[in-house]
Amino acid sequence: MKQITIVSGKGGTGKTTLAASLIEMFDNHVAADCDVDAPNLFLLTNSKVKERHEYVGGKKAEIHNNCIACGKCIDVCRFDAINEGQPFTIDPFACEGCNACVQVCPVEAITMEDSKSGDYYLSETEKYPFTHALLEPGEERSGGLVAKVRKLASEITRKENKDYIIIDGSPGIGCSTTSSITGTSYVIIVTEPTTSGIHDLQRIIQTVEHFRRDFSVVVNKYDINLEKTEEIRNFCIEKGYDLLGKIPYDDYVRKSALEARPVVYFEDSKATKSIKEIYKKLLEKLGG
Amino acid sequence: MKVAVLSGKGGTGKTTISTNLAWVLSMEMPIQLVDMDTEEPNSHIFFNVDFTGEESTDLLIPEVDNEKCTKCGKCADVCQFGAITVFKTGVLVFDGLCHGCGACSIVCPENVITEVPKSIGKIKWGRINNNLSFAMGLLNIGEMSGVPIIRHLKKHIDDSRTVILDSPPGVSCPVVETLRGADFAVLVTEATPLGFHDLLLAVDVVREMNIPLGVVINRASDDYDQVEKYVDVENIPLLGKIPYDKKIAEKYSRGDLFVKDDENWFKEVRNIFERIKVVIPR
Repeated sequence: MKQITIVSGKGGTGKTTLAASLIEMFDNHVAADCDVDAPNLFLLTNSKVKERHEYVGGKKAEIHNNCIACGKCIDVCRFDAINEGQPFTIDPFACEGCNACVQVCPVEAITMEDSKSGDYYLSETEKYPFTHALLEPGEERSGGLVAKVRKLASEITRKENKDYIIIDGSPGIGCSTTSSITGTSYVIIVTEPTTSGIHDLQRIIQTVEHFRRDFSVVVNKYDINLEKTEEIRNFCIEKGYDLLGKIPYDDYVRKSALEARPVVYFEDSKATKSIKEIYKKLLEKLGG
Repeated sequence: MKVAVLSGKGGTGKTTISTNLAWVLSMEMPIQLVDMDTEEPNSHIFFNVDFTGEESTDLLIPEVDNEKCTKCGKCADVCQFGAITVFKTGVLVFDGLCHGCGACSIVCPENVITEVPKSIGKIKWGRINNNLSFAMGLLNIGEMSGVPIIRHLKKHIDDSRTVILDSPPGVSCPVVETLRGADFAVLVTEATPLGFHDLLLAVDVVREMNIPLGVVINRASDDYDQVEKYVDVENIPLLGKIPYDKKIAEKYSRGDLFVKDDENWFKEVRNIFERIKVVIPR
């Protein structure tokens, strides 16, 4: 079984556009959306939820009425999560659930309560099972939720004897992203020919290398700035990185989002032609 | 006044709005632009920043004196992040999981835990022009969370200025930390079902935090009117609409501000601020 993750560093470069189309082309696979903050893949797949699981990632402190407002908890809290008052109150958006306040409260007025971080789902499509999640707005522990989505995908893969898991990652280089690339067989990094895109490409490459994953680069909307695309190409050649493909700017990509169908179903699309080539090269890389 | 610019979905134009707005406003008042996206910061690309200082952001990581430690295991029990494991031979700390909360050193009965600073990134600050100061944070590669860096950046916020906070994408902890203490939230979206879906998530967070908000539609297009219908029904002020324009995209790709050398766009972006002022409670 092989796992392929699509990431980008910078947001909005076309991860989901590429992922949604690759997912339609692969056979005998599971799809997983590991952008649990702002998941979009389900908007491009015709899927139906089969199972929902709650994810309780941690706890948050709660201060009760027997609080004597001594202020010891404020002194130890390093997250600025306690507001003064009678009783004191916890700012749930700042509390990281560390438990330090409970240790110093002289009257046992603070308890730790389970905090729901989000839900994760197993959905069905005609062709493949699909796992995804939604973080509760404002929650932390997105990395933990990503791990749940991947674990569920792995279980299905084993049970149904699938060959691949295709993972749509999140923007950034922090916990969500790293949780979606650890242990995968291959990473595709989608960038765009802009100064910001190139800046962010370097940081996501360093991150992928830090976790020692095999990867290659795809330039999306490459023709919006040919000079920058050339810069990316030269950068990749100089560093010995593999450029897996270039996708042109294409109005069909917008049409695909509006019609909620992956762009690969639009036969006349220029982007589709490039994505099909990327798919072919990807299979060669994966050895089959 | 602190204005946070966020979006839910990545790549909708947070940085475009933040940088252009900051520059336009700096023509008439003192502004500070702070890039809160510590994972992939981009604001500085659009300016020639004269950086004047930087500081490391440190977490306090426990270090156990294994000779004096009695291996009682209280530190491992109290740690909510699984960052400490006690073996017969000694105590092992997993830096990457540690939040630097200090709970372990509070409960250690032998007082054999010292907390040692570990750098997880840095913040930098400087100036762009007389009226425009700048600060940003940078998470080290391989580190999990930029939240401590965002907290650190907030200590460098200049309250005498109007502050523009360029938020990270998503709706999780780094975004929430950016929003805490903000007076207004500008939600930048694009006119697609994907942008709209993530806008709804962002609205949820901002409303839960009781922060007044408004929406900017970037790459607006006539073939999709859901966002406009939504803000109308929900009574959310529409602060601005920027249609898809090849010239704007080209300027962005080169790292240039789209309001420069364009009087109409300059005025349009200035108007976003006027509309914010109408909404914001005094």
